Amino acid sequence: MSFIKEFTVFLLTRKKYWLVPLLLAMLLVGFLLVFSKGSAVAPFIYTVF
Amino acid sequence: MKIIGISAFYHDSSACLIDNGQIIAACQEERLTRIKHDSAFPAQSIKYCLEAAACKPEEIDCIVFYEKPFLKFERLLETYLAFVPRGFVSFSKALPLWLTEKLFQKKLLRDELRSLGFSETQCASILFSSHHLSHAASAFYPSPHNEALVLTMDGVGEWDTTTVYIGNSNKLQKIKELHFPHSLGLLYSAFTYYCGFKVNSGEYKLMGLAPFGKPIFAEKIKNHLIDIKSDGSFKLDMSYFDYCTGLKMTNSKFDRLFEFNRRNPEEEISQVHMDLAASIQFVLEEVVLKICKFLAQEYKIDNLCLAGGVALNCVGNGKIYEEKIFKNIWIQPAAGDAGGSLGAALAAHYLHFSKDRPKPFNDSMKGSYLGPQFSEEYIENFLKSKNIKYTKFTNTDLYSVICNYLSAEKVIGWFQGRMEFGPRALGNRSIIADARSSSMQKKLNLKIKFRESFRPFAPAILSESVNSWFKFSEASPYMLMVAQLQDDKKVLNAQPNALFGLDLLNQVRSSVPAITHVDYSARIQTVHEETNPKFYNLIKAFNALTGTPLLINTSFNIRGEPVVCTPEEAFRCFMGTDMDVLVLENFVLLKDDQDFNLKEDYRNKFSKD
Repeated sequence: MSFIKEFTVFLLTRKKYWLVPLLLAMLLVGFLLVFSKGSAVAPFIYTVF
Repeated sequence: MKIIGISAFYHDSSACLIDNGQIIAACQEERLTRIKHDSAFPAQSIKYCLEAAACKPEEIDCIVFYEKPFLKFERLLETYLAFVPRGFVSFSKALPLWLTEKLFQKKLLRDELRSLGFSETQCASILFSSHHLSHAASAFYPSPHNEALVLTMDGVGEWDTTTVYIGNSNKLQKIKELHFPHSLGLLYSAFTYYCGFKVNSGEYKLMGLAPFGKPIFAEKIKNHLIDIKSDGSFKLDMSYFDYCTGLKMTNSKFDRLFEFNRRNPEEEISQVHMDLAASIQFVLEEVVLKICKFLAQEYKIDNLCLAGGVALNCVGNGKIYEEKIFKNIWIQPAAGDAGGSLGAALAAHYLHFSKDRPKPFNDSMKGSYLGPQFSEEYIENFLKSKNIKYTKFTNTDLYSVICNYLSAEKVIGWFQGRMEFGPRALGNRSIIADARSSSMQKKLNLKIKFRESFRPFAPAILSESVNSWFKFSEASPYMLMVAQLQDDKKVLNAQPNALFGLDLLNQVRSSVPAITHVDYSARIQTVHEETNPKFYNLIKAFNALTGTPLLINTSFNIRGEPVVCTPEEAFRCFMGTDMDVLVLENFVLLKDDQDFNLKEDYRNKFSKD
């Protein structure tokens, strides 16, 4: 819960309201990816994240 | 007020502890876990810092993390959005990682800290600095300047890739910023990748390779890849790069531009790779010099502080020095992300808690000797427990004995005092040798370090002698400046253009060939009596014996291995390589005296970097 609260405060502070619907859609896809694949290990050559 | 700074979860985790602004301890996690570039939560480093400060977790007033995870996530999402539908593959890899771990870093930090004995209240009030503020703070606050321009350049933090701050007393104000994906660090890394080296560790190799080539691709890079403005700000043409949307640094358009494919890591290095290295080095220097000239002109401040991964490009730093743009340049020795923990803690102390900086302003890094140390008692117990043969000397005898070994071209493992913080070994976890030997560079590279023969070595020189050997007259205690050898030390070659490429290595260029790179440059460490008396006195004794006030100084490790931290690791490395002598504080071990059953296969223990 504290995470949702903190993330909401973050979005309000950054004034990134336009991100909210996109975020929800991307998070949905993201969660689908998480649950469909199970593993979060990324064998990258290089990551920028 | 005691503050712990933490850098973690990207690469090069570390922790540091400051007490009333004074740096007490700092350590990179890889040195303790023995996992190169370890990005895990730095539990062992935090434990070490508490131990070094002789305090318990409950005595810590504040804990600071070096960046803001939410902002990084925002950058990630906006980048994917900007390139949609490209980047789905990268997105599908990144999102699960973020949604399961990285987005919940505060909880992760809290859980880990609780297991180390920190209270719920301490964990609930963790502060989050920003990536480049942490770099800037690590560059400004430990510097000897009351006022300075602070330039930070790296791959990427949250959004920033290049920032300029003005530091004044205890204030640090951001005045300029460049954002992802336009990054000088990532441009350099793209060429590191293209030349077949590992990103985030191979940049040194690319820099070392540059003097073997000619910058024949510099114009092509400037015409196609990067648009550089007169103030040094720049924009990359992202159609040549893959790092925003893919899992590689460059794409096929980049290949077509340079008319060949990326070098396979095992493939031989050819002239074109050396020319590429020279070209990107040339462009990097042009950008950095333009930024510096513009800043010096615009703000009329004499002092410059540098941090961020690009500040580890000591050739570029040397160019800023050569141009005399600033009166003084100070570079954070842990300029990469490991230094973020230190910067975060200092930023909290001076900016969040508004504490005053103590006067007079001195370099407060303590020579960067901020890591673990081991007592003579501990070392002797270890040596006895393994039946290792050794002789103990007094300081004076030690210098004399070791100098004789050095002048007989023996390679010495030199292990003393507190371990260094930052990537460079500065005389406490070092392999040292005589720079006058013409065969020493090859011997060290191939038989001791097990690495590529072209890799240059750096000299550690008595601070008062630097100007008589190099065209450099300032302090460079952290080995982050490259300068040219003085002309009278050069050996002029009869056929300077007869050799090219790696064959250049076979020429003797100076009276200290092992530390003279093919362009007569050297990465200098000035050794100061105040910060490292033992190393200083050793070189002084070597100077008295040979008339040469410098030694080769390279890190005590082999290719792919984190620099050794403990006497046990130093002994293992000594036995696993062709090193001749090991000095653990005042205990001297000779290879020929040792039981060879103690030797282990060392070379294949670490994956190549």
